[in-house]
Amino acid sequence: MSILVGSGTRLVVQGITGREGEFHSRAMAEYGTVIVAGVTPGKGGQMALDGAVPVFDTMVDAVRETGANTSCIFVPAGGAPDAVLEAVEAGIATIFCITEGIPALDMIPVVEAVRLAGARLIGPNCPGATSPGSAKVGIIPGSIHREGRVGVVSRSGTLTYEAVQAMTDAGIGQSTCVGIGGDPIIGTTFLDILRLFAADDATDAIVLIGEIGGAAEETAAAWAAEHLADIPKVAFIAGRTAPEGKRMGHAGAIISGGAGTAASKVAALEAAGFRVAGSPTELPTLLRDAGYRG
Amino acid sequence: MVALSEYGEARVDVRSIFGISGRVDAVPSPSRTPLARIGAPNRVKIQEADAKSLLVAQGLPVPEWAVAHTVYEARAAAGRILDSGADAVVIKAQVLVGGRGKAGGVKLASSLDEAERVAAAILGMDIKGITVRKVLVAAAADIAREFYMSAVLDRAERRILLMGSAEGGVEIEQVALDHPEAIIRRHADPMLGLLDFQARQFAFEMGLGGHLKAAVTIAKGLVRTMLAYDADLVEINPLAIVREKDASGAVVERLVCLDAKVTLDDSALPRHRELEALRDPDEEDPADREAREAGLTFIKLDGTIGCMVNGAGLAMTTMDLVKRAGGEPANFLDIGGGARADKVAAAMRIILADPKVNAILVNIFGGITRGDEVARGLIEARAQQTRDVPMVVRIVGTNSAEAAVLLEEAHFATAASLDEAAAKAVAASRGAAA
Repeated sequence: MSILVGSGTRLVVQGITGREGEFHSRAMAEYGTVIVAGVTPGKGGQMALDGAVPVFDTMVDAVRETGANTSCIFVPAGGAPDAVLEAVEAGIATIFCITEGIPALDMIPVVEAVRLAGARLIGPNCPGATSPGSAKVGIIPGSIHREGRVGVVSRSGTLTYEAVQAMTDAGIGQSTCVGIGGDPIIGTTFLDILRLFAADDATDAIVLIGEIGGAAEETAAAWAAEHLADIPKVAFIAGRTAPEGKRMGHAGAIISGGAGTAASKVAALEAAGFRVAGSPTELPTLLRDAGYRG
Repeated sequence: MVALSEYGEARVDVRSIFGISGRVDAVPSPSRTPLARIGAPNRVKIQEADAKSLLVAQGLPVPEWAVAHTVYEARAAAGRILDSGADAVVIKAQVLVGGRGKAGGVKLASSLDEAERVAAAILGMDIKGITVRKVLVAAAADIAREFYMSAVLDRAERRILLMGSAEGGVEIEQVALDHPEAIIRRHADPMLGLLDFQARQFAFEMGLGGHLKAAVTIAKGLVRTMLAYDADLVEINPLAIVREKDASGAVVERLVCLDAKVTLDDSALPRHRELEALRDPDEEDPADREAREAGLTFIKLDGTIGCMVNGAGLAMTTMDLVKRAGGEPANFLDIGGGARADKVAAAMRIILADPKVNAILVNIFGGITRGDEVARGLIEARAQQTRDVPMVVRIVGTNSAEAAVLLEEAHFATAASLDEAAAKAVAASRGAAA
């Protein structure tokens, strides 16, 4: 089946008429994603993507008229939290927020509202998700994918592409690739995604791409040790050589006091049965070593 | 009695407290390691005096202080404080690096002449590479008891977390290590903030029942300060019960914030124009400033291979692989998502400004960033660059085919894989050094 996005995805793009929104909507449509609507306040009634997609003023209008069930947000940081809430209110089940630079405290009530509504938010500051062969939502380049049965989850954007490209080059396809985003406050965690993969009959192996800082990788590893014991699991952790005390850009990427270090993450993952790669290019070999035959 | 923490370094790395709990992942307070530097991206550290001003603006009790830029200003401030009945003043270097107490940047003085001598010694002093240009002058507090209190962003719980301990001062980290249960925690409601009853519970648990009103004001004030200025850390250490003389000369006890540390979320600065002025230009490296103004995330390191990458995770991975291939990265530089040609040119200028750089590795995996934009930026930058440094360029992903054509026409050395790019850059660096 794959997770989060697939043949049942009916996408509405919030901010479809902007530079990034337009560019990436085109790429999503070319990949085969069903884009049923766009929303840009004040541009309702226009058509986007060369007349293929109707634009609405509000999310409620878009959902009512098109039956959209998934949204992808390209709204600038100042308006993105509101865009998430508008999607929630319109009844969207799965919301991808690509926007970066949203003040962290803005996301606290938004994430809570999403949770209370029973919806799912991926991001913000995330690249989206692709289920190769059926749909992609977000900005991950479609060309790097190959259909297959390995679930990929990552905190990073471009590092995910690197890992997926290496897998595809080695002939290993993916069920779904998800970038959960690098911001301090995000809607969906590594653990949430592992739970989805565990329940997904199209996923036979896991690739987890983490980075220094925080404890999310350790938490996910502990869960995987118990619930994903029997499937091949490999991981990569970025920032092994990052000097202590230096921030590396993502709000989460920090080493401190022994917690969240690359060493701590690698140890937790290995203890949970993950094989940990020294370079993204080693992931395919490690998957084979772990017994993956897809 | 003046508690040690008034002139020792009483600041705490909150992260260590979180790390020990194993369940919380805090956004950090500035690291105390020597490698930590001022002007680290995405987080704005501000001076103690400025942090105290923010607390006062939010209604928290902070004893009066003055900021002095010269010995004469310091003497005058000390005079006013001593005249008002204080037995001594404390003079504290205003620098953003930790360990100022140990470095001799915090001292007491009990007379005007002593205050002048102390101020003269501290002003101009070098603390971890930073020249002290101003000092804070305040009455030396007569501390009856010290506490610790802070509000931080709790990433794992996705809420604001209020933390406190009845064991304040310099030993707080040890307390967290030995007795994690002695750290009291309360999460603010994600929609409503910290509620009165939560603040009361918190105050009672901290043993501040005797100063309930002030403790509630401070607890709620910390959370309010976070929200008002988009801070990701507001820390009071020590929070102290101090003895003061009232108007009749009788000794009274009061709960006050003696030191304050606030870090701000860079992403939110556009809506807090007034806080931009608190960024200390004296403590910001020129390369950092140029990077910040260009919208780049840049951290200077000690190696020879300049790195330009899009995305923090990939940038760290690129550094890891450079090191694995036997080289030393000269910097971390993330051009961010969707960078255009002008940003790429600025990144190149910043990298080349480091005289140790003898090779450059450009690694771009286009998603929202378009490879051809980066290639144009590189071509433009090379036309302007004053120093000839070998460059290895790898551009894949969005619009990489267009980029490849541009790079080939301009005769750039390219690489297909990340491992290959790292190996070529290391070889180029060795060739340049030989």
